[in-house]
Amino acid sequence: MIAGISIYEILTVTSILFFIGIYGFITRKNLISVLISIELILNASVVNFVVINKYLYPEMLQGVIFSIFIIAVAAAETALAVSIIINLYRQISSVEVKDTEIMKY
Amino acid sequence: MNISYTILIPLIPLAVFLLLGLNSKRIKPAISGYIGVLGLSASAVLSFYTAYQYFFVSGKVDGVYQTFVNKSVWMNFTETLHIDMGVLIDPISIMMLIVVSIVSLMVHIYSRGYMKGDDGYTRFFSYLSLFTFSMYGLVLATNLFQIYIFWELVGVSSFLLIGYYYTKPSAVSAAKKAFIVTRFADLGFLIGILIMGYFTGTYDFETLNNPEGAVILNWASTSFMGLSVITWALLLIFIGGAGKSAMFPLHIWLPDAMEGPTPVSALIHAATMVVAGVYLVARLFPMFYFVEHGFALNVVAYVGAFSSLFAAIIAITQTDIKRVLAFSTMSQIGYMMLALGVSGYDGHEGVGYMASMFHLFTHAMFKALLFLCAGSVIHAVHSNYLKDMGGLRKYMPITNITFLIAALAISGVPPFAGFWSKDEILVAAFEHNKLIYYVGVFVAGLTAFYMFRIYFGIFWGKEKQYEHAPHESPLSMTVPLIVLAILSAVGGFIPFSELITPDRIGFEAHLNYPLAAIAISVGLIGIILAWVFYKKENSLSDKYALAFGPFYKWACDKFYFDEIYLFVTKKIIFKHISAPIAKFDKKYVDGTMEGIGNKTVLISKAIKGIQSGKVQDYAFSFVMGAVIIALVFIYLWTN
Repeated sequence: MIAGISIYEILTVTSILFFIGIYGFITRKNLISVLISIELILNASVVNFVVINKYLYPEMLQGVIFSIFIIAVAAAETALAVSIIINLYRQISSVEVKDTEIMKY
Repeated sequence: MNISYTILIPLIPLAVFLLLGLNSKRIKPAISGYIGVLGLSASAVLSFYTAYQYFFVSGKVDGVYQTFVNKSVWMNFTETLHIDMGVLIDPISIMMLIVVSIVSLMVHIYSRGYMKGDDGYTRFFSYLSLFTFSMYGLVLATNLFQIYIFWELVGVSSFLLIGYYYTKPSAVSAAKKAFIVTRFADLGFLIGILIMGYFTGTYDFETLNNPEGAVILNWASTSFMGLSVITWALLLIFIGGAGKSAMFPLHIWLPDAMEGPTPVSALIHAATMVVAGVYLVARLFPMFYFVEHGFALNVVAYVGAFSSLFAAIIAITQTDIKRVLAFSTMSQIGYMMLALGVSGYDGHEGVGYMASMFHLFTHAMFKALLFLCAGSVIHAVHSNYLKDMGGLRKYMPITNITFLIAALAISGVPPFAGFWSKDEILVAAFEHNKLIYYVGVFVAGLTAFYMFRIYFGIFWGKEKQYEHAPHESPLSMTVPLIVLAILSAVGGFIPFSELITPDRIGFEAHLNYPLAAIAISVGLIGIILAWVFYKKENSLSDKYALAFGPFYKWACDKFYFDEIYLFVTKKIIFKHISAPIAKFDKKYVDGTMEGIGNKTVLISKAIKGIQSGKVQDYAFSFVMGAVIIALVFIYLWTN
């Protein structure tokens, strides 16, 4: 609980963060930037977990523990995504989203 | 009586078939012939031993021949209705075992000479073994279903052997024809079996045939269209028998079946398989006799009598010697059917049944002999046609003598085998049905005439120009001829009336002199007419053929039955029933299915652009969807 800041203000911030992530995911042309946008989305939800835990159920710890899990999973996911991008770069010498359209019909 | 070893009788040929069939390329022809003959000799020895044990040692209890059964349940439907596999030993099955063993053994030995140098020598012997196995199984069957299974197996082996020269189109089409016609008849047989099983609750021969049993006593319990259902079942079963035995109007396959190698014709299409229909009726004889006071049996008698006359008339006009023999076989089988049809049950009344089995036995011997002689002649002159033969008695003395014995036997000249059996048949017919008796006597005359027509045509008459001088066949072919000739000569002295009767007790048979005199004189008239017409080549026969005019032409073309069948199948069934059905199937059934497929393809083509391959497009639709759903929910909740 942070004095002088209500839960609404913090949730507004995380919502903005979440939609920035979505916007970035849809519009960015570079695969690395897309990956960063995904991280933003994840982080927004992690902050939500912590905030809701702290403000609504201060005597409990589930939200905090869960956020640690998410951070770990996000790290693993990022490692995987980066390795895929590197492999892709070796194949087609590009990390642009528009160059990865070969897997359509 | 312990009969467990009899199971070996069919199993030995089966083992030979598997051995030769699976190694047909590896086993040398010389060896495969010996394997076939050896295997069959073993079966034959066992059959003879069984016959000796049964008839002379332990078969008779209190003066009645017993039935011995050794079986196990194969498929179980209900308490009483089950299909068994096993062996059944009674007088007629033993008699058939002996017939099949003798003829098959002789044909095996003969084939070693006849088929020498043929490419498919080992294959031929494996088929022969398959056939012998199936025939033994058919003979020993304990119930209707088992007999049906082996019935189909002999059909298959017959198909394989008729089509043995599979590069010859005529042989292939003959094999198909034989298979389709008999298969069509077997459909009737199968329906009959199913009706029988449904209404009587059993397939077992012993239960069905018991004269005091529930099946025969309760035949009238259910009726259909004025006849007992059991009678319908018997008639349908008889259709199967008529198909296999080439009875009118299902006879059309038998003449064409002569495309097979001659030993096959002797074994399958003269002596064993074609009499399976007679055997089937004899097997169910108590049912045929007692149910509906013998209605079905009367049908058997008239079909037999008509076929016998019909075939004998055609046989006179044919010029291919094997076809003459084929029609003669049909005619003689008609004789057997006729004899069964006029038979009674008790004591001397059962003379027709006895005579039928007797004639089956003697006919197997002399007809197999006739075919093997014909094979020997064909082997020498390389033609089936009477016009290419003549004066062969000088070149082929053994074939000449054996053929003459067989011809005398089939013409009913004493003391040869055919006389005794034919005489009993005529006695039975005379006592029960005068019309059938007259047909029988007339056919006896025709038989003597056409048989001596080909005898004189082959061995007497004018000598033809042969490419190379014909010579007597090798020893492997003449020995079976001599053995069968001896059997045809003395086979009539077997006291059949004491061994095989419907009530199993036996009776004292004695010659009916006036009837025998009539039969002999009719036979002799036939022979003398043939002698006048064909001993020396002259124009007499052509003149009389002309005198008969269109009738001769009809008979020569087998009364156009092939054409009628072709017309009915091609012009009527194929054109007006099958073709519209095929069209409907193609247009509507197939059309619907194909339409669904084609429409799916079209729609897919139109919408496949949605899958663009860009992850961000997908994410965008996903997010927009989520947003829309969220807005809808908010709208609903706030109201």
